Amino acid sequence: MLIRIPPPHPIRSSEITPERVHDDRRRLVAQLGLSAVALVTGCGRSDDAQAERPQASTEIAATDSASTVAPAAGSEGRAALNVAKRSELAGGETLTPFMDVSTYNNYYEFGTSKDQPARNAHTLKTRPWMVTVDGECESPGQLGIEDLVNASTLEERVYRFRCVEAWSMVVPWVGIALSDVLARFKPTSKAKYVAFETFYDRQQMPLGRWAGFELPYVEGLRIDEAMHPLTLLTVGMYGRVLPNQNGAPLRLVVPWKYGYKSIKSIVRVRFVEKEPPTTWNILQPEEYGFYSNVNPAVSHPRWSQSGERRLGELFKRKTLLYNGYTEVASLYTGMDPVKFH
Amino acid sequence: MAVPRALLGLRLAAWSLALYPAAELAWRLTHAALGPNPVEFLERYTGLWSLRLLLVALAMTPLRRFTGRVEFVQIRRLLGLWAFAWICVHFAVFLTFDLEWSPAKLVEEVAERTYITLGFTGWLLLLPLAITSTRGWQRRLGRRWKSLHRLVWPAVWLGGLHFLWLVKSDHREPLAYLAITALVLLLRAPWPLRGRKADPGKRLPA
Repeated sequence: MLIRIPPPHPIRSSEITPERVHDDRRRLVAQLGLSAVALVTGCGRSDDAQAERPQASTEIAATDSASTVAPAAGSEGRAALNVAKRSELAGGETLTPFMDVSTYNNYYEFGTSKDQPARNAHTLKTRPWMVTVDGECESPGQLGIEDLVNASTLEERVYRFRCVEAWSMVVPWVGIALSDVLARFKPTSKAKYVAFETFYDRQQMPLGRWAGFELPYVEGLRIDEAMHPLTLLTVGMYGRVLPNQNGAPLRLVVPWKYGYKSIKSIVRVRFVEKEPPTTWNILQPEEYGFYSNVNPAVSHPRWSQSGERRLGELFKRKTLLYNGYTEVASLYTGMDPVKFH
Repeated sequence: MAVPRALLGLRLAAWSLALYPAAELAWRLTHAALGPNPVEFLERYTGLWSLRLLLVALAMTPLRRFTGRVEFVQIRRLLGLWAFAWICVHFAVFLTFDLEWSPAKLVEEVAERTYITLGFTGWLLLLPLAITSTRGWQRRLGRRWKSLHRLVWPAVWLGGLHFLWLVKSDHREPLAYLAITALVLLLRAPWPLRGRKADPGKRLPA
C-alpha cells in the first residue's frame, strides 16, 4: 500500500534554523522540560491505536517540531541536491531531527558506539567514488557517484527506519530507485540475488579493526527485493548529500528490513546466483537472518521486536509488520517468517 | 568521639563517587545532553556506574589487606549500598520505559532474553544483601551473615556477563570489566603477604 501524500514538504529553506539559533540550548532545555512533564503525566507514551494505523494520518506533524528546532538544522554546509519528486511514505509522521539522525549511528568502521561515527567519519574520502557492478549481467561496468548525485531523477522519500536494536527514526532520504540503476547493467536470468560491499580502507577507517567482524561489510538482497520500487539507492538526506557517518556517498535504504540491511558507502554490486554471505549473519546466524524483515512477531534473543523507541520519544510504540510497508508482503508469500528470518 | 581523619576523608571520597553520577545526570538533563536516545543513555550509564561502584566496594577488602588500613572496610557497606541503589535506578528505568511496569512483559523478557535473565538474577541476589546490611541483621545472622554476603560475587559476575551478553560485537568494554572483577577476586584470595600477618582483619566480615 503506497500512500503518497503530496507536499507541503516540511523542510522549506525558510524553516531551517540558523546554526546559531540551534545552538541556543535553552530551546532544547525547554523541550526537555516538556518531556519531563510528559514523563510524569504519561503523555509522552505512544498511543498504541495510533501506532497501528500510522498511514491513516495525513497531517504533517513536522511543523510542530519545526517551531522549536527545524528538522534539517545542522545539515547546512553540505551540497544541496536537486530533488525532482517528493514522496511522503511514513504516514505523515514527524521527521527525526537531522542532528539526531547524524549523531546516532551504527557504522562500526568508525567506532562501535553510537556517537563515534559522527566524530570519526570525516576521514572517509567520498570523491572520487566508483562503484563496480558485475556478476551475472550483460553489461558489467562502473558507476560514478557524480552521475547519480546529478541525476535529474533524484527523488526524496520519507521513510521510517527501524534498527534491530529496537530504535527507529523517520528520515527524508534522497536517491534513485535501485531497480532503475540495476536495469542499466542488464542482469541475466542467473541473477537471483544482488550482493553489496562497503568500502574498506585501514587508513581511512582505523577503528575498523575493532568492529568485531571481518571487513569489508557485505550485504545482499534477493533480486526481487532489490528491484522492488521501495528499495532506494540513496545519495542524500534532508535535501543534501549524505554525511559520511550516514553512509556517504552512496548507500541502500530498504525500509521494510532492519537497518543493517541498508548497507553504507557501497563500492561493489554483484549479481549472483546463490544467496550471498552477509556480515551480521556470518557473525550470529541465529540472530540476524538473510531476510531480516521487520516483524514484531519474530522474537530475537537480544531485543524484543514487538516494540521500538522512536528517537526523540521516551516510551516504546508498537512495531509494524514490514515496518508498515505491507506492500512487500507478496515477496514472501508461503515463506515461514521464523525459518526465513 | 570524633571520627578519625582518615576515615572521614575516605567517607567523603565514597560519597562523592556514589553521588557523581547523579550530578552528571542532573547536568546532562538540564543541558539537553542525554543524546538522541535518552532512555538508552540512562540505561547504559546507570548500568555502568552500578558495576563500577560494586567493583570499587569489592576492592575495599584487598585494599585493607595491602595497606593494613581498616578504614577501607569501614566504607565498604556505604559503597555497596550505593551500587545497589544505582542498580535499582537502572532497573527502574528499564521497567518504566521499556516495560511500562507490565509484569507479563517482565516475565517474557527475563525468560527469553539471556542478558536480562543474567541482570535480573544479579539484582535478585543483591536484594537480600541490601536488606541484611544493617548492624541488627549482622548480629542476628552471626556467622551466617558472612556466608550470605558472599552472594555479592555471583552477583558481580552476573553483572559483567549481563553487559557482555548485551553487546552485539566488539566486546572490549565488557571484557575489561570482567577482567577487573577477576583481578579483585584474585587479590582477596588467601595467599600469604610477605612481612605481614595474612589476615589482619579476621574479625571483620568479608
